[in-house]
Formats: sequence, structure tokens, C-alpha cells
Amino acid sequence: MTQAEIILQAEDIHKSFGSFEVLKGISLEARNHDVISILGSSGSGKSTLLRCLNFLEIPTSGKVSVHGQQIQVKNGKPGNPRQIEGLRTRLGMVFQQFNLWTHRTALENVMEGPIQVKRESRSEARDKAEALLARVGLADRMHMYPTQLSGGQQQRVAIARALAMEPDAILFDEPTSALDPELVGEVLKVMQDLAAEGRTMIVVTHEMGFAREVSSEVIFLHQGRIAEQGPPDEIFTHPRNEVFERFIANTR
Amino acid sequence: MNPIDILSTYWPRLLDGTLMTIKLTLMGALIAAVVSPGLALIRTQAGPLVQAPLRLYVSFVRGTPILAQLFLIFYGSGQFRPLLQEWGLWGFFRDPFNCALLTFALNSTAYQTEILRGGILGVPSGEIEAAKAIGMTRAKTMQRVIFPHAYRIAWPALGNEVILLMKASALASVVTVFDLMGRTRQVFSKTFDFSVYLWAALIYLCITAIFVIVWRQAEHRLSRHLNPNAWERSKDKSLKATQS
Repeated sequence: MTQAEIILQAEDIHKSFGSFEVLKGISLEARNHDVISILGSSGSGKSTLLRCLNFLEIPTSGKVSVHGQQIQVKNGKPGNPRQIEGLRTRLGMVFQQFNLWTHRTALENVMEGPIQVKRESRSEARDKAEALLARVGLADRMHMYPTQLSGGQQQRVAIARALAMEPDAILFDEPTSALDPELVGEVLKVMQDLAAEGRTMIVVTHEMGFAREVSSEVIFLHQGRIAEQGPPDEIFTHPRNEVFERFIANTR
Repeated sequence: MNPIDILSTYWPRLLDGTLMTIKLTLMGALIAAVVSPGLALIRTQAGPLVQAPLRLYVSFVRGTPILAQLFLIFYGSGQFRPLLQEWGLWGFFRDPFNCALLTFALNSTAYQTEILRGGILGVPSGEIEAAKAIGMTRAKTMQRVIFPHAYRIAWPALGNEVILLMKASALASVVTVFDLMGRTRQVFSKTFDFSVYLWAALIYLCITAIFVIVWRQAEHRLSRHLNPNAWERSKDKSLKATQS
């Protein structure tokens, strides 16, 4: 099997808040079409890790490269802001709380990045945004404000917003954790479709079903370190790590 | 003279004064509105050393009566006349209108800065993160996310500030600016008829009322995303009104 091209690579990421070290040297790499699920109990550092990948959290030290473009951090000092902004345009991000811009309609939310960051023309951005919203099943909700949408709908707009930037990979930070149980499915469905079409995704999640069935690789974090890592069918059936074994036993 | 006669005789003066009051208030508020966003940003983002002089200025303005500030500039500038002449600024300070305008602008800048600072602090942090995550520059983030929210949050308080400034502008009459209050006092000293003060009060009230209506309309528009259905309804209504 030929190895797909490496899209995102993180090397030896450390992150401390004060004297507390949340991440104790984590490396991961995502190849084209990979869907990596990051699991872990709360406080294991999984969200922090994800946020370090696009520098919403500045790692204390470590290196992140996206498509070969590299940013290295030493002593908590990031490189120049332009570089970080450049990297962020290549990594989409979907938040737990959706974080849609509430003063803009669904359509405007999706158009914002292409117009303001990628300097695309309005009509081009609009066509693309309409197509993307239709794809996540919100063609009839385009002109509504976030306050008029359900959580699941808001999250789908947020996914469309990330897609509009045509990112190399998309980061999902517990995308279904803030949703009512009956709305989780519609968001997972969209994510599943994205995985099926070969999008590179890194997903922090509590959805065991998604991690098992959709992801190509699972990373289990425990106390700031990778405790278990591998293809889901392998590690879910034969967990090597004791903590991970207990974790899956508890969440089943 | 009865009150109606007072008005019919002296209305040109009162109108002149009203226009002066409006001019003074709007110019002062506008200058402050131009300067305060930058200062509010410094107040929320800059280091403590940069903020120190700004905090001192704001505390001074908020902690002293506006009349004292007006006297400080109007009479104080006289003390430094030779120096101001040397700098070519005396022409500016010699005119009481300029002194009043400068006082009101400085005063309102301090208040508007603090109000906007509150607005900026109230912007949902998640929305700022979303802007960052999409690769927006800091400047773009401010323009597209932070300030639109900050102004919506600050809007009612800013309106209050303009009204307070409008009423405070009556103090300009003390340094011989003929605003509405100045004209009213002038008329009173001629007629000794108290009713002119009632007319003045009524005019002040009207200015405030009109301002409040306009401001509220703008507020409604700024927050349309928070209650979109009501906004749609009001738009339909006005549309029907214009059609019929």
C-alpha cells in the first residue's frame, strides 16, 4: 500500500498552564484522507491538543506543519502572526459551541472567510456558500440568523463555514457535545459524508460509534500523553493499554 | 407678555440657540466617537504602561465636574496665552465656542471610551476564536466581529451619553457661548419673563425625544439578529405603510 501524502504533522507538542503540564510531548501525523479520532476522559488534554494544532492555544514548545509549511514554538513564543494566520486558513475548525457569528445570517457566515480572508469575489463566494449549505441540508435556512436555527443546524452551518475555506484538513472539537441527543445524528451524518469523500479530519469526540466506524485511526490520550494509538478495529478489540481498556468498558 | 408672545417675539433667538446647542453636542459627540474606538482598544488590549496615562485621563474626566473642566480650558488657556501664542494656538483658544467644544469632546471621549471598552469586553469570545480559526487578521477580526458586537452592546449607553452631553452643553452659556441656554438667559434678562425658561425646557425635551426615537430605531436595526422575527414584522409593516 502506498502511503498517502502527509497533510498535518505535529511533533513533540508540550503545553503547560502555569506549572501544570497538560500535554507532555505529543506527536501525531495525519495523511491525506485520514480521519483521526482523539479520545480521552475529561482533563486528558484532548481539546488542548486540537487547539494547539491551529495555535488557538500556543504550545509551550513543539512543531506543527501543514503541507510542509512549518511553525516551531520554543518557550511559548510563536512565530510571526502572518504565518499562524496562513496555517489557520489551511485548517478548518468546528467548535463545540458552534461559534457562529450571530450578527450574520447562515449564508453570510459561510461567505465571510472566502471574502474576507481569501479575497474571493462576492458572487463566487455566494455561489460556493449556497452549494455548501445545500450540501449540509440547509438550503432553505440560508437567510436565517443563528438564533433562528437549532443546535444541529448551527453546527452544520459551522461545518459549511469551515469547508468554504477549502481547508487541507478540518479540526472538530467535540462537535456534538453541546447538542440535544436527537440532533447529534444529523451532525454525525454530515461528518460521515465528509469522511467518505476523503476529507482529512481530526476529531476530538465522545462518540464511540463514530470513532469506531468512521475513523481510520484512534488516538487515546491519558494524562497528557498518547496512551493508545491505532486503527479502531485493532485497538477496540485488542486494547493494549489498561486505561484505554477501562475507558472503552465504561463508555460502552 | 404672555408665554405665546414671548415665543412669537423671540423665536429667532431661541432657534439660533437651539441650532448652536445641536451643533455643539453633535460635534463634540462625533469627535469623541472618532477617537474613542482606538482608545477603547488600547484599554482592552494594551499593556498596563500604555494604559496608565489613559486611565489617568479617564479618571480625571469622570471624577471632576464638567463645569470645572470647562473653566480649566477657558480660563486656564488665558494663563498660558504667551505660550499658546508662540505655538500659534491662541486663535483657537480665544474663541469660547472652541473651548466649549474641546471640553465636551474631551469629556465625551472619556465616557465613550469606557462605554465601548465595556462593549468590547462583552463580545462573545467564541466568535472571536472562530474569526481567528478561519485565519482572519487581528484588524479584520476587529472590523468584522469585535466592533459590530461591541457597538450593539454599547449602543444604549452611548445614546445616554449623548443625551447627557446635550444637557451638559448648557454650561457653554457660562463662557459666553450663545447656545439655547445662553439665548434663553439673554431673553430673560431683557423681559424678566420666566416663561422663556419653560420654552427652553420644552425645546430641550423635544431634542431629547427626537434623538431617543432615532437612536432606538438604530438600536432595533443593530440587534435585528437577536430577534429576527420582530425585525421582519416591522419591516413588512413599514413596507405596507409605504405601499398604501
